[in-house]
Amino acid sequence: MSDSPAIVESHNPAQQHHFADMEQQRQAASLGMWLFLATEVMFFGGMFCAYLIYRYWYYPEFAAGSKTLDIWLGAINTGVLICSSLTVALSVRAAQFGKRKLLVTLLVATILLGLVFLGIKGVEWASKFEEHHVPGPSFHFEPTAHSHPNTKIDPQRIQIFFSLYFAMTGIHALHMVIGVGLFAVLTFYAWKGRYNSAYYTPIENAGLYWHFVDIIWIYLFPLLYLIDRKK
Amino acid sequence: MKMATAVHPVPERENYLNQEYGVRSWLLTTDHKRIALLYLASITFFFFVGGFFALLIRLELLTPVGDLVQADTYNKLFSMHGQIMVFFFLVPSIPAVLGNFLVPLMIGARDLAFPRINLLSWYLFIIAGILMMHAVLTGGVDTGWTFYTPFSTAFSNTKVIEAGLAIFVAGFSSILTGLNFVVTIHRMRAPGMTWWRLPLFIWSMYATSIIFLLGTPVLAITLTLVIFERAFHLGIFDPTRGGDPLLFQHLFWFYSHPAVYIMILPSMGIVSEIVPCFSRKRIFGYSFVAMASIGIAVFGFLVWAHHMFVAGMSIYAALIFSFLSYLVAVPSAIKVFNWTATLYKGSITFSTPLLYAFGFIGLFTMGGLTGLFLAALGVDVHVTDTYFVVAHFHYIMVGGAVMGYLGGMHFWWPKISGRMYPESLGRLAALIVFIGFNLTFFPQFILGYLGMPRRYWQYPPEFQVLNVLSTAGSTILAVGYVLPMIYFLWSMRYGKHAEPNPWGAAGLEWMTPSPPPTFNFEETPQVTWEAYDYGNIDLPKEVPVER
Amino acid sequence: MFDNFPLWPARASTTAGNVDALYIFLVVLSSFMSVAIFLMILAFAARYRRRPGHTAEQIEGSTILEITWSVIPFGIFVVIFVWGAVIFFQERTPPRGATEIYVVAKQWMWKLEHEEGHREINELHVPVGRDVKMILTSQDVIHSFYVPAFRIKQDVVPGRYTTAWFRPTRPGTYHLFCAEYCGTQHSGMIGQVVVMEPSQYESWLSGGGTAGSLASTGQTLFQQFACSTCHRSDTQGNGPNLTGKFGKPVLLEDGRTVIEDENYIRESILNPSAKIVAGFKPIMPPFQGMVSEEQLNALVAYIKSLSENPSGPAGSPTMLPAGTQPQAPKAQ
Repeated sequence: MSDSPAIVESHNPAQQHHFADMEQQRQAASLGMWLFLATEVMFFGGMFCAYLIYRYWYYPEFAAGSKTLDIWLGAINTGVLICSSLTVALSVRAAQFGKRKLLVTLLVATILLGLVFLGIKGVEWASKFEEHHVPGPSFHFEPTAHSHPNTKIDPQRIQIFFSLYFAMTGIHALHMVIGVGLFAVLTFYAWKGRYNSAYYTPIENAGLYWHFVDIIWIYLFPLLYLIDRKK
Repeated sequence: MKMATAVHPVPERENYLNQEYGVRSWLLTTDHKRIALLYLASITFFFFVGGFFALLIRLELLTPVGDLVQADTYNKLFSMHGQIMVFFFLVPSIPAVLGNFLVPLMIGARDLAFPRINLLSWYLFIIAGILMMHAVLTGGVDTGWTFYTPFSTAFSNTKVIEAGLAIFVAGFSSILTGLNFVVTIHRMRAPGMTWWRLPLFIWSMYATSIIFLLGTPVLAITLTLVIFERAFHLGIFDPTRGGDPLLFQHLFWFYSHPAVYIMILPSMGIVSEIVPCFSRKRIFGYSFVAMASIGIAVFGFLVWAHHMFVAGMSIYAALIFSFLSYLVAVPSAIKVFNWTATLYKGSITFSTPLLYAFGFIGLFTMGGLTGLFLAALGVDVHVTDTYFVVAHFHYIMVGGAVMGYLGGMHFWWPKISGRMYPESLGRLAALIVFIGFNLTFFPQFILGYLGMPRRYWQYPPEFQVLNVLSTAGSTILAVGYVLPMIYFLWSMRYGKHAEPNPWGAAGLEWMTPSPPPTFNFEETPQVTWEAYDYGNIDLPKEVPVER
Repeated sequence: MFDNFPLWPARASTTAGNVDALYIFLVVLSSFMSVAIFLMILAFAARYRRRPGHTAEQIEGSTILEITWSVIPFGIFVVIFVWGAVIFFQERTPPRGATEIYVVAKQWMWKLEHEEGHREINELHVPVGRDVKMILTSQDVIHSFYVPAFRIKQDVVPGRYTTAWFRPTRPGTYHLFCAEYCGTQHSGMIGQVVVMEPSQYESWLSGGGTAGSLASTGQTLFQQFACSTCHRSDTQGNGPNLTGKFGKPVLLEDGRTVIEDENYIRESILNPSAKIVAGFKPIMPPFQGMVSEEQLNALVAYIKSLSENPSGPAGSPTMLPAGTQPQAPKAQ
């Protein structure tokens, strides 16, 4: 990676001055994004840890709470996100091949799918508010509809389930919003023609971020929606 | 081994300081050296705010009764002292000031991997600082820096949410710094600068950054959950709502224990630079010191519950964490022995940086040894939550980390500012700090074993004599800290101009002018020599500056 | 200011001596190591200070030395660990037959209740030479029960019981501190432990008026809250027979086996659906919010007393009469 003045290299306009060459810049950006995702794993990890502990302790309440979640909306959302990961992967490929129009289309598709996810999430939260399943003074849980008739549901313990539900899906949704914003910015620059086969690092790294947020959802869905759905 | 050609100073002595003037050129800079100075100003401010609270605490503790401030005020004082000193001074200090300045220089790079993210991290720090100061000035926080639940979530009436948010943002700032360092060290080393030729300061920055990246996010989510609990009535940590207060403690300490290694590893790295230079020989056991840094970072993640031996954990958990805590003490011991052995058969010059390094080694040894007391389960039951713990961690944080920081500031001041500080004042300040420090904190070991609990606004009269000694020491310590502030500022105008390498030190940073030009190196250095190559004929046999 | 200037805490329990022994060993070891390092640094600094004609000798290192000064310290650390662990085990294992004191901490005072029913605030009277086991809980935030003279400390956590024990060895009055920051008057939550000669203690006990023993209070509550309707002393009740079960394993509906201890009883009163005994239905209503900490303590004491049969083989010495005689309801 040395300076070799004998070789004439055309300076890619996207190359920043402190890097020796584009390859070093690309590798640095990629390593940076992976490290950032590692920090996100630790961030969500704290909540998953709390979830696992409380689920072990309060299983009946977690099962009952889980049954109040709309499994169909959750499944649709899962499908939506998986599709959006597809559009993301395809957009990276489009950028690699320098196909500007296709790239923009795919980025927009990703954004739209993300917005669908957020919309459905909003509907779900609204129904939770209506059912008074929001922890706090107005919390109220009707056990009979959602659990075995023999099980006594502790009203405090089930609030823990909903607390974790809102915290985990809320922080996940926040990451989705950030992702949508990121992709909006990328769409703008892609439309301006900034990305091509020689430089598409931002698409790649934003793609990594999006895939990560998707994977978090892939864990959240069964953990929150699919407890004790055997019947 | 012949070294590559040293970089010749730029004729006009244009450097990073005078390259551009004006507020915008500073506030929108992406130069890692300028960002380091922005951080220097900010953390110094917080050091004095936190220090001011400490003085008030010590003044109150002159007498057994609470007669200076009210109980609630006192509780806020120690809480804010801890939060500000930990999150707004100790954690950022060396990485964000000396790390930012030196990492690219030491590895032969033109800047960090992500200069704009570097500037962003400073702005995040400032936003965090504003939030914190706002919380401080509009009522304060009284939860202790540890935010234990359910007190912090359901009982305290103070600015818990705001302080929690401030620390969250500060944490994010430090994550970005750590990210920058790891990528830079991996990807931007100059040709020939292999991992085993890196200065030990870089190894310690690397180890610290691993902790930044893996530990800080857990603090972030823990504080987030506390904020949610206060704001939205969640009950995750509240036993009256099905939650578990011990879960908070586990999550909190999972970060906060590694955090103490964030606070000490960089200082150790500085000592590893200073001791070889002023003994004129390579460090003893380079690879062991490097690996010890990584070892401390890794093992540091495995011992968090040694803060919870009396919290209500099972005996078996306590046993495991006690054992692991002894494991983590070994790499630190290795370092102390290696530094001492480096002095053997050296040729030693007693400059100010070396005096601080000696202070570090001695006081860190004492602080570290008292850690053995705390890791011993039977003894910990008696001394945990007493002044013994307070003394222990101040020996490490102040006697260790701050002395290392000051040693580093003196060592690299000529490079940073282009000026020499007055050496005799430097030595005097080091001595004052050493004396003041010991007088302040040694009595607290005795107080702790006697049974004086920490965070006490009033105390039984038989503890007074030791408290008076401690307060007396703190005033001396304060003088020792104010002195360098004054003469560093003085030197920027009136200090002697510095040579590129006033100490005759090894390291790429010394092969640039003092101060360096904006892009550090005219040509990328080609490294063909080992670290601490003091036997090489290109480096002077003795420290050149006449002392 | 100089009248009372102790440098070492009083030693007033069986644990204190053990803790002090390890502490002194650590002090000696640390002093030795610190002095050794200091002296070596000073010696090297003096001997190898720069002088004309002398150059530094470039020494890489020595793997042997590195291994030596890693292994030997680690060996010493293991010794310290084991020593500390042994003391800790003793500290955390209350002896059988210890007198039990129920402690409720709240902001900002200690409420202590003897089995016989004596209630104390911020003070605890105990006889010298007798094992005392404390069962502690908090009404609000985390506190910590700390008696430096006994070298014991135990965090007191809301929502559950923690335990601690000691055996006092010297009569006297000793500080009781709260050692976990708990708000405004954390440093005001100071009390004392008064250790008396056994004869003095007996007269202190018979002196004050009591509301009846803790267990008898518990028995009253047991009837007041209609527990006896389902928890009969035969096998016909809707709930398990509670006699003779304390300290023994319990088989639960879900297949788990747990030991019936104070925390189990407490949980079963507050959140009965958490652990259903095998063969029974989950029909017990939860008493969360309907019973105070002191009432809980009394109920726990009563249920424990059902396992202390003087003529039975269980063997643990009885401190109070088994609750076979219902007493007149007392105001709580």
